[in-house]
Amino acid sequence: MQTNTTPASTSATAAGHQQHPVRVYLYIWALLFVLSAFSYMVDYFQLQGALRWTLIIVFMLLKAGFIVAIFMHMAWERLALKFAILVPPLCLLVLIGLMAIEGSHTFVTRLAAFVR
Amino acid sequence: MNQDSSAVEGLGGVVEDLASDRQAFPVPWGKVMMWIFLLSDTFIFSCFLTGYMHVRISTTAQWPNPSEVFALTVGGAHIPLLLIAVMTMILITSSGTMAMAVNFGYQRDRRKTALLMLATAALGVSFVGMQAFEWTKLIGEGVRPWGNPMGAAQFGSAFFMITGFHGLHVSAGVIYLCVVAYRVWNGFYDRKGTYETVEVAGLYWHFVDLVWVFIFAFFYLW
Repeated sequence: MQTNTTPASTSATAAGHQQHPVRVYLYIWALLFVLSAFSYMVDYFQLQGALRWTLIIVFMLLKAGFIVAIFMHMAWERLALKFAILVPPLCLLVLIGLMAIEGSHTFVTRLAAFVR
Repeated sequence: MNQDSSAVEGLGGVVEDLASDRQAFPVPWGKVMMWIFLLSDTFIFSCFLTGYMHVRISTTAQWPNPSEVFALTVGGAHIPLLLIAVMTMILITSSGTMAMAVNFGYQRDRRKTALLMLATAALGVSFVGMQAFEWTKLIGEGVRPWGNPMGAAQFGSAFFMITGFHGLHVSAGVIYLCVVAYRVWNGFYDRKGTYETVEVAGLYWHFVDLVWVFIFAFFYLW
């Protein structure tokens, strides 16, 4: 992947814009349909438990990754722009972690206070 | 703009881009600004989804089963999450037409670019229309921001907040796309000499699709 994109990134940035073969877009477009159908199937067949959550997260991250990398052209941007845009959202993981802990704590205190 | 150091790739390129006394990102400024706006929007939607996660973890009441709440009965058959699946497919289709519009924009094909952008906007309108139908259906079933007959009261507030804010983004995107499509059509970008505005509008539209990927996974499928 890296070796394929390097020449493209040089030409893209030198020209100041992004132009890529149509078939790349059509391929990713079809792939997004297939991945969406798969995520819907997870619900349709009522998969439950760890399998359900793993599949939902995997399909979600694949779709998000393809949209950002190909449709939004991030794969062909220079590394400095990739870092500037993609690294800051990682601090959200701290918020999510803290809120998951806090939410569980609230749940336990509510059980203790309301459900006797 | 000094183009010399943009020949350096990898981590060395990052140092060159940020440390040299020159423009850091060798792309049109409109694109950098749109990316930074989308970064801030990422934080807004993440805060909504994290808030939703928190109320869903902390409630002692049973969370309504989205698969049942959003099911539709078509011709006697009870199909779970049907409308949401159709909405997801519509948004992905619109993302594809937008990507093609950007491509034709760089080929200076005014007609195809404008038509594909209008097709994208039309798909966006149908998405918002389906969302309005979904809201009407749920409100008719007694779902309110402060309570609902199916279970945990927080379901309504999370639902209206998250899908409402996303629908607002789609609606704003439709207006944005129509304005840019009109300017493509009347040759504004030919006179300007660049179609980069079409790509910047495309970034916004793909982001709206991107947010829906997360809402679909966490709110509707979880």
